[in-house]
Amino acid sequence: MIAALLALGLVGLWQLYAGVGGVDDLILPAPSEIATALWTDRELLWDNFVVTAGEVALGIAAALALGFACAVAMHFSRSVRRATYPLLVASQAIPVVIVAPLLVVWLGFGIGPKVAIIAVICFFPITVTTLDALGRVDRDTMKLLRTLDATRWGAFRFAEAPAALPAALSGAKIAVAVAVIGAVFAEYAGSSEGLGHLILQAIPQLETARAWAAVVVLAAFAVALFYALDWAQRLLVPWTRTERTS
Amino acid sequence: MQTQTASPASPPAEPEHGAIRVDGVTRRFGAVTAIERLSLTVRAGEVVAVVGPSGCGKSTLLELVCGLAAPDAGRVEAGPAALMPQRDLLLPWASALDNAALGLRLRGASKAAARAAAAPVFAQFGLTGFERSRPAALSGGMRQRVAFLRTLLAGKPILCLDEPFAALDALSRAEMQAWLAEALAREPRTVLLVTHDVEEAVLLADRVAVMAPRPGRIVAEITVAPPRPRVATDPAIVALRSRAIEALAAGARGPDGAAP
Repeated sequence: MIAALLALGLVGLWQLYAGVGGVDDLILPAPSEIATALWTDRELLWDNFVVTAGEVALGIAAALALGFACAVAMHFSRSVRRATYPLLVASQAIPVVIVAPLLVVWLGFGIGPKVAIIAVICFFPITVTTLDALGRVDRDTMKLLRTLDATRWGAFRFAEAPAALPAALSGAKIAVAVAVIGAVFAEYAGSSEGLGHLILQAIPQLETARAWAAVVVLAAFAVALFYALDWAQRLLVPWTRTERTS
Repeated sequence: MQTQTASPASPPAEPEHGAIRVDGVTRRFGAVTAIERLSLTVRAGEVVAVVGPSGCGKSTLLELVCGLAAPDAGRVEAGPAALMPQRDLLLPWASALDNAALGLRLRGASKAAARAAAAPVFAQFGLTGFERSRPAALSGGMRQRVAFLRTLLAGKPILCLDEPFAALDALSRAEMQAWLAEALAREPRTVLLVTHDVEEAVLLADRVAVMAPRPGRIVAEITVAPPRPRVATDPAIVALRSRAIEALAAGARGPDGAAP
């Protein structure tokens, strides 16, 4: 509730500034104009939202699979960890804005390059949090499992993997916000649909309110996705007391 | 996997496997000598309590017997041993039943088979109705019972119990000691019980090994002859308890104080 009040207050300030400050509404539309655009352009926004949402969902799913697999490989083999950790960090320094068009040339205009870009951005926090969790499994627990004749795989399956799952989901929660930004850049690079594409089109057409409406939808989507992951975390790993987000 | 129909007199599964022989063992951690030239023999089916002040190398001894560490000198010969650690270390995501059956799962049993094997023992340990509870929902005593069941169901002839009841209040501890005595009467195993509670040692064990610290070594072995079930107020038990405490005090004073 307090979050809604805060948002309302900020929107009120914005409305006041747009009305009293005399800013051209082609540069900064008032919230009321954005709300109007949200309503009048609802079909356009929805159609493009579905495209972007699909890209982000697939991208995060791919990042979860990739990030978890990476973390497990790095956990099982010290040499893999030593060899790949610097590369993983380096991969996060790749300027997505510049690489995105190259990926489009390489993978085509379809959903492929978008998912690839989102996955590349998002898998890193997932890998890091998962790897840390795998490393933090209680040493005494691992000893105990050895006296119970656990194989390496058995120890992973019964102790390490369940301990790492909540961490992977925490990583995904961190990744959600950048995933949405990544989707927009990916669409900028070459796309005929999606909210990023819509924003890119709306600005030169002086449909500033529409562009802002698309931004509002993107932000709302990021928030929804974050809470969806939070909910999934509580559902899948109810034994952990995750930090409350509500 | 154990059938619970065994009579109290039935021998342990594999007598030759159930014996422990620790012979002149030294174990160092860097500059610190945790255990020095320690020797201890436990016959199959015997319950031996190891008492000593904290830091005298009791837990190290258990790790050596369980094969979790190798001695720097000397020999350790022991059959397959299951460890019950000081902290219960139950898996927080698994139900009480699945925690108890963990050893069976790790040896390849299906989920259903492992649960079916563990379920009948649950009743004997007063855990009926808590099969599906997660560890967080159990009391300290119940968690210890589940941890003990996990050790028991591992099916090893030797049980290494590391201060299993130290974290419990006096009442739960007495209750747990009764559970343990009953379980061992039903299904004898070789037990190496580490404790700092001398009374617990003389109530449960056939023999008490008294350790002294820095470096860890055994300074006295006391045979506990009175028949079971034993009560703490029995004069014979009280006398044995005093002997063990004297041996502990002598051990703490130095090597000269060692008594047979």
